[in-house]
Amino acid sequence: MRICVLIKQLPDTGSALKIRADELWVDEDNLVFSANESDSYALEEALLMKEAQGGEVVVVSLGPERVGQVLKDALAKGADRAIHLHDPAWEVLDSLGLARIMAAVLKEEQCDLIFTGLQSDDTGDGQLGPMLAELLDMPHVTLVVETELSDGRIKVKQELEGGWFQYVTAQLPVLLTIQSGINKPRYASLRGIMAMKHKEIKAVGAGDLDLPADQWVAGRTLQRLYVPEKTKETVFLEGSPQEVGAALVDHLVNTAKVF
Amino acid sequence: MGKIIVLGQMEGSQVSRISLEALSGARQLAAATGHTVLAALFGPGDPPEQLAGADIAEIIRLPNAELADYSPDHYVAAAEALIAAEQPELLVTGHSYQIRDWLPRLAARLGRPLISDCIGVRDAGAGRWVRPVFQGKISADVQTSPGLVLVSFQSGTYRADELGSGSPTVRTVPVDLSAVESRLQREEKFQEAKGAVDLSRAERIVAVGRGIGEEENLQLAHDLAKALGAEVGSSRPVVDYGWLDHDRQVGSSGQTVSPKLYLALGISGAIQHQVGMKNAGCIVAINKDANAPIFEIADYGIVGDLFDYVPALIKALHAR
Ligand SMILES: Cc1cc2nc3c(=O)[nH]c(=O)nc-3n(C[C@H](O)[C@H](O)[C@H](O)COP(=O)(O)OP(=O)(O)OC[C@H]3O[C@@H](n4cnc5c(N)ncnc54)[C@H](O)[C@@H]3O)c2cc1C
Ligand SMILES: Nc1ncnc2c1ncn2[C@@H]1O[C@H](COP(=O)(O)O)[C@@H](O)[C@H]1O
Repeated sequence: MRICVLIKQLPDTGSALKIRADELWVDEDNLVFSANESDSYALEEALLMKEAQGGEVVVVSLGPERVGQVLKDALAKGADRAIHLHDPAWEVLDSLGLARIMAAVLKEEQCDLIFTGLQSDDTGDGQLGPMLAELLDMPHVTLVVETELSDGRIKVKQELEGGWFQYVTAQLPVLLTIQSGINKPRYASLRGIMAMKHKEIKAVGAGDLDLPADQWVAGRTLQRLYVPEKTKETVFLEGSPQEVGAALVDHLVNTAKVF
Repeated sequence: MGKIIVLGQMEGSQVSRISLEALSGARQLAAATGHTVLAALFGPGDPPEQLAGADIAEIIRLPNAELADYSPDHYVAAAEALIAAEQPELLVTGHSYQIRDWLPRLAARLGRPLISDCIGVRDAGAGRWVRPVFQGKISADVQTSPGLVLVSFQSGTYRADELGSGSPTVRTVPVDLSAVESRLQREEKFQEAKGAVDLSRAERIVAVGRGIGEEENLQLAHDLAKALGAEVGSSRPVVDYGWLDHDRQVGSSGQTVSPKLYLALGISGAIQHQVGMKNAGCIVAINKDANAPIFEIADYGIVGDLFDYVPALIKALHAR
C-alpha cells in the first residue's frame, strides 16, 4: 500500500507577521517555518496506517528551498521518501495550478491513499484536496476525524457542522483531507533522525513534468495584503496588571453588568 | 446582462441561513453589475416559502431524486450541467462545510477559479474580491481572470434580512444524472453523546486557547473561572491536544454559546472560533498580539501576557 501525504510549510502559528513593502505577501526574513497544523495530523495518520498494515509513506511538498526542512522532519518521523517540487516558474500559483502540478506528479505514484490537511493556515483556501481528487478521478472525503482500513476499503468519520458527524465508506484509491485532533502527532526519535539522512528527497521541476506551462497560469492572484479594518469599538485597558485587573472588574460589574 | 446563480443549500424543507445570506450578497453584486439573480435548488420537493417573496428573478429546480441526499459526485455533475445550460457569470454560495466539500471539485472540473471564504467584494465587475489570509489576521484583495468565477461567502458577510422582496418565477432545469456513480456510501448523521457540561447554558465562560502554552497552566483558567462563577471553555487546539473534553470546545465544530460574559485567554479569534461566541453579551480578550482578530469583536481588550494579567484579575475579583 502506498500513502502520499501533502505537506505545506508555512510560518509557525504565533509568528509576528509583517506585510511586505510590495503588499503582496508577508515579510519572510525573520520567520520560523513549520508544517501546516492539519498536515502534521495527516502525516501521523499515514504513519500509523503504515505501522498497522505495512506499505510506504511518500511525502510531497511544493515550495522554495526552505521547504526541504518539513520533508526532512517527515522522513525523520518515519516517512519513506520525499518529493520536493520546486521551480522558479511556480512562484505564483493558485489552487488550480497547484492541483494540476500535484496531479501530474501523483499520477505517476499510483497511490492507494492521498492525505492532505483540510486547509492551509496561511492562504486558507481549503481547495487543494478536493481539486486533486477530481483531477485524479478518485473519490474524496473532507474533514476526516477517524479512519478504519480493511480489505481495500476505508471507513472514515467525517466532521459536519455544529457537532454532527457521519461515517462514509469508500473503495481505495481515495483522497482524504484530515482534520486536526485525529491523533497525537509524534516527535522524531534520534534513530529516526539518523535514518532520515539515508532517505531520498527527489527534486522535481517544471521540466520533469509532462504538463504544459499554460496549465499553471493563475486565474486568481493576490493584489494587496492589508490589516483588516476594525469594526467594533474596543475599550483597551492599560496599566499595571493590578490597575488593569481592578478596572476590568469595575467595568464588568458596573458597565457590562455580567453578574 | 449576465446571470448570477446562487446555490441554495437545503436543511430539511428550509434554505439554510448562510444560503440566504449568499442570496442577499448576490443581490448586491447584481445591483453593481446589472446581472440577474437566480436561486438554484437541488433535489425533489417544492421551493420553500422563504423564497416565494424574495427579490430574485427566478428559482431554478433540479428535482432529480439522486440529489435528495448529499453526494459530491452527483452535486458536481448537476452543477456542471446547470452551468452548461445557463452560462452564468458568477456561481455564488455560502461557505458551509458541505460547500467546502464539493465546490473545489467543481472548480477543478470546470477549470475556473474559486474564491473560498470570501468576506467582501472590492469590484464585482472587475473581479476583485476580499478574503482573509493567516486566519483572519490579514485581509487580501484577490483578482480573478475574466470568465466564470465561483465564490463562497463566509457566514455573516451579508445579512439575510436585507434580501428584499419580489416575486420570482419557478422553472425546472432537466439534467440527466443516471450515468453518475456514487463512489461513497454515507451512513446516517449523528451527534456524540452529551458530556457533563452544557456551555450553551453558561452565563459566564472563561475560554482558553493555545496561548495557555501547557496543560498545567490550565489551572490558572480554572481559578479565574471559579472567581467569576464561570464555566471553562476553549478553542479547538486545546481539545485537539487532549487537555479538555470536546464538549468544552467553542466554535463551528463545537458549541455555540451566548453567555453574558466571554473571557478569551490566549485565543487568536479565527473565524471558526468566532462563529461560536460572537453573540456573547460582553467579550473580553487577553492576548499579547495587538493585531489578533479576537480584538475585532472584543468589548474590552488587554494587550499583554495572560500570565501577568490573570493572577491580578483573580485578586481583584476576590477583593470585590
Ligand atoms: C473546518 C474547521 C473547523 C474548525 N473548528 C473550530 C472550532 O470549533 N473552534 C475553534 O476554536 N477553532 C476551530 N478551528 C480552528 C481555527 O481555525 C483556529 O485554528 C483555532 O481557533 C485557533 O485556536 P487558538 O486561537 O487557541 O490558537 P492560535 O491561533 O494559535 O492563537 C493563540 C493566541 O494566543 C496568543 N498568546 C500566546 N501566548 C500568550 C500569552 N502568554 N498571553 C496572551 N496571549 C498569548 C497569541 O498571540 C495568539 O493570538 C476550525 C478550523 C477549521 C478549518
Ligand atoms: N505548496 C504545497 N505543498 C504541499 N502541500 C500543499 C501545498 N499547498 C497546499 N497543500 C496541501 O493542501 C492542503 C489544503 O491546502 P489549501 O487548499 O491551500 O488550503 C494543505 O493542508 C496541504 O496538505
